[in-house]
Amino acid sequence: MTIDPDNINVILATDCGSTTTKAILIQKVDGVYRQTHRGEAPTTVEEPFADVTIGVTNAVTEVQELAGLKLVDENGKLLHPAKGDVGCDIYISTSSAGGGLQMMVAGVVKEMTAASAKRAALGAGAIVMDTIAANDKRKPHEQIQRIRELRPDMILLSGGVDGGTEAHVVQLAELIAPAKPQPRFGSKYTMPLIYAGNKEAAPLIQEVFDESIDLTIVDNLRPVLERENLGPARDAIHDLFLEHVMAHAPGYDKLMGWTHAPIMPTPGAVGNILQRIAEDQRINVVGVDIGGATTDMFSVFNGVFNRTVSANLGMSYSISNVCAEAGMDNVLRWVHFDMDERELRNRVKNKMIRPTTIPQTREALVFEQAVSREALRLAYIQHKEFATTLKGVQQQRTVGDTFSQEVGGQTIVNNMKLDLLVASGGVLSHAPRMHQTAMMLVDAFEPEGVTRLAKDSIFMMPHLGVLAEVHAQAAVEVFERDCLINLGTCIAPKGQGKPGKPCFEYEIKGETLNESGVMHYGELKLLPLGEGETAMVSLTPMRGFDLGHGPKKKIETQVRGGTVGLILDARGRPLVLPEERSACRTAMTAWVEAIQLYPEEEPAAVGVG
Amino acid sequence: MAKAYTPGLKVTNRITHRVKRVLPISGEVLVKVGDEVASSDVVAETFMPGDVYPLNMANLLSMPPSDVPECMLIQEGEEVQVGQIIARTKGIFGMFRTEYKSKVAGTVESISGVTGQVILRGSQQPVRVLAYMTGRIVEVLPREGCLIEADVSYVQGIFGIGGETHGPIRLACASHEQDLTPDVITPEMKDAVVIGGARVTDEAIKKAVEVGAAALVTGGIDDQDLRDFLGYDLGVAITGSEKVGLSLIITEGFGDIAMAESTFSLLKSREGDHASVNGATQIRAGVMRPEVIIPLTGEELEREKEPVHTAGALDLGRSVRIIRDPYFGLIGEVSALPHEQQILGSGSKARVLEVKFNSGETVTIPRANVELIEE
Repeated sequence: MTIDPDNINVILATDCGSTTTKAILIQKVDGVYRQTHRGEAPTTVEEPFADVTIGVTNAVTEVQELAGLKLVDENGKLLHPAKGDVGCDIYISTSSAGGGLQMMVAGVVKEMTAASAKRAALGAGAIVMDTIAANDKRKPHEQIQRIRELRPDMILLSGGVDGGTEAHVVQLAELIAPAKPQPRFGSKYTMPLIYAGNKEAAPLIQEVFDESIDLTIVDNLRPVLERENLGPARDAIHDLFLEHVMAHAPGYDKLMGWTHAPIMPTPGAVGNILQRIAEDQRINVVGVDIGGATTDMFSVFNGVFNRTVSANLGMSYSISNVCAEAGMDNVLRWVHFDMDERELRNRVKNKMIRPTTIPQTREALVFEQAVSREALRLAYIQHKEFATTLKGVQQQRTVGDTFSQEVGGQTIVNNMKLDLLVASGGVLSHAPRMHQTAMMLVDAFEPEGVTRLAKDSIFMMPHLGVLAEVHAQAAVEVFERDCLINLGTCIAPKGQGKPGKPCFEYEIKGETLNESGVMHYGELKLLPLGEGETAMVSLTPMRGFDLGHGPKKKIETQVRGGTVGLILDARGRPLVLPEERSACRTAMTAWVEAIQLYPEEEPAAVGVG
Repeated sequence: MAKAYTPGLKVTNRITHRVKRVLPISGEVLVKVGDEVASSDVVAETFMPGDVYPLNMANLLSMPPSDVPECMLIQEGEEVQVGQIIARTKGIFGMFRTEYKSKVAGTVESISGVTGQVILRGSQQPVRVLAYMTGRIVEVLPREGCLIEADVSYVQGIFGIGGETHGPIRLACASHEQDLTPDVITPEMKDAVVIGGARVTDEAIKKAVEVGAAALVTGGIDDQDLRDFLGYDLGVAITGSEKVGLSLIITEGFGDIAMAESTFSLLKSREGDHASVNGATQIRAGVMRPEVIIPLTGEELEREKEPVHTAGALDLGRSVRIIRDPYFGLIGEVSALPHEQQILGSGSKARVLEVKFNSGETVTIPRANVELIEE
């Protein structure tokens, strides 16, 4: 439908998650769009309700009570358009209920078309269950067995550049067809398969599949080796998500009738808003959403968007896996006091089997935040490995490149070029002190140079991602004003040095903050620079250190404050912690005190009464 | 608002329980409504399409893919035996012909002149679904499976490993606080569902496997013991497919923790009866917990009365179990439910409640860190 942006005053948005449905209200206040009220209710996809709209209505009812508006009628239906205190102008929604969108992707070469197909599926917000490729080291019958075991909602098949060899991609189709992949929604569901490979092979692909597969053919996602064209495949995934997956989820047909824009998978919507912000402000952004089971990582570097999902890195369901993958020693290096390892291991497992519990003591909180650093670190490593330049592209080299080792497939994630790091997800957004959130980000991501840190206040990015599709201005305004809570800025030079030796000099000039001094290697310092405040900083790195303009090169820039302030981090990059346990504890204790991570003067612990 | 506490695990001496037994793909249902079935009876069966064997005939016989169809001696839909020649090249003037002998038996499903690929499908594999629970068929899902219903005693565990099994209940521990150690496992426990008390050790599980016990049900386990037994560290709580010799169910959690007294008493009262056990656990949206089902028969049906279930709400006087440190595993009564959020020792703000222990001591706990004990 066409929407006149000028006549939009009341926007209602919901995000139907696996457990909670969150509703937010956006209203035009003094000529600008602001997020004004929010409400939530349990998601009602499963029995005994089996109708997602009940949860939506409940969440919206909470919003209408808080806002003093009437948004829902007596029959539980949303009212629109807005007239006075009744109704909304636009209603939009995202969904990740029922486990989100689960896909299997296939491509001829693992590092090339299969990687591009995976990028398209992830970018559309899917969970990629497996990637089948002709060179994935599995024998054909093993691949067929795997396809039979998986129960995807949808399959994306690609392979070959346009006009290139046809046999390989047809061969892949011939493996998928007899495997007859079974959808999770039961036998009445026809498996959708998107073909986005060599266009010359499309008629042959059509011949391979029978009526048990619902085939959609779109433009090749890798028409030439040098270029990806992921848009058509992503759009097809979104369309089929609505037509097939959503249509089988209880109550979604009704919900689709209510919304004024297509329902998007939640992570796809988050990617959407981050891309728009990066484009609007011409910055490089990394966003993270750490959940109980998975961690979603998004990045936009030089306009290129990437998303990864680390399936088993999370803070409750997957906490045990984080400890197993990282190793308990790596988790404990972030803890500044002694802990009994056997006891901890049992606690980790108890959190895994009772995922809704929260840390009651400071000790438990410190440990959980230590686990989160490792979960984020591992997820970021996976993201960096995935977000690469295209592989398989022929490189033209000149004599000048003789000593350059650059090849295709290098990561495009560059911490020195990163401008904004956005945090969301329980452990980051519900930390009792924002200082803790900031330091979890700094320790796990190791930003270099000058990086702004922020958190998504109430996980509003999914809502704004869909809103950007229908009303970009409103989405951008709310993102800047209400979505992000600025934590501050981190200044950290790249390089290694000797403890206690000078690392960089700083001079800060601002309305509220005027300081200068020298940071020594291994030091961490927090300077007060509040929300809405800015300051000019002049930074001179010492020999062996780089703040973005090259080793020893001075930089001058403006920095933004926030609820935490300005973090001066002279611990070096890459960040190396002392290996010996007691030395590590001493270092951590100093850093914890420098940033006031867990101040002692907090109210007395709740406990024995 | 979402409920801010974990609903308790179900432990009841009598409940009408239903299990759904369905085939992975459609097939034949062997029972009808009203039939009485035992746990080991087959209720539905089907045949899964056989394994697929792709053969790249063009490569195998060194010829262009387009020549493959005319070189095939067996056509689509026809059967092949092991050792049978299924393709032969034309050779040069009929000489130097090469052949391919099938290494598997099955049917030719497709022959491709584009890729030169031949797909063979192996023979069908039978799939059978057992009743799992002794009871009565109350509904048949045509070509899919059935619903079985029975009046049972029912115990839900918090975590388990291993799949479905069944056997008579045998007590190994004298009290709910006694650790389950190897010395209390005896050869008479072969094929039995063995009931322990508190923590089970790795040696005890291994002994139970040795004597051939069907399942172990006990209060707690140390993470290290679980790792030693499984041979790996469990990353996520999605279990049920382990092939470790028995099914293991933990009723309370990890660490030195005793089985809740009421659970132990219930299991003790049903010693000798036949139980169906499933260790499968899935802790994600749509939680699945492990279970012990003990169908009631004859006089038990007369004796055991269905308890009056109170609604799952936190009220003063309700029994709760604390499910997070520093009071993990302790059981007490709700003595106060302050409305306002309070600041915890961690610095977080949360809604809390007060729990009074038998000793008279009172502690304040976040509501998220207790679970109701369902009676």
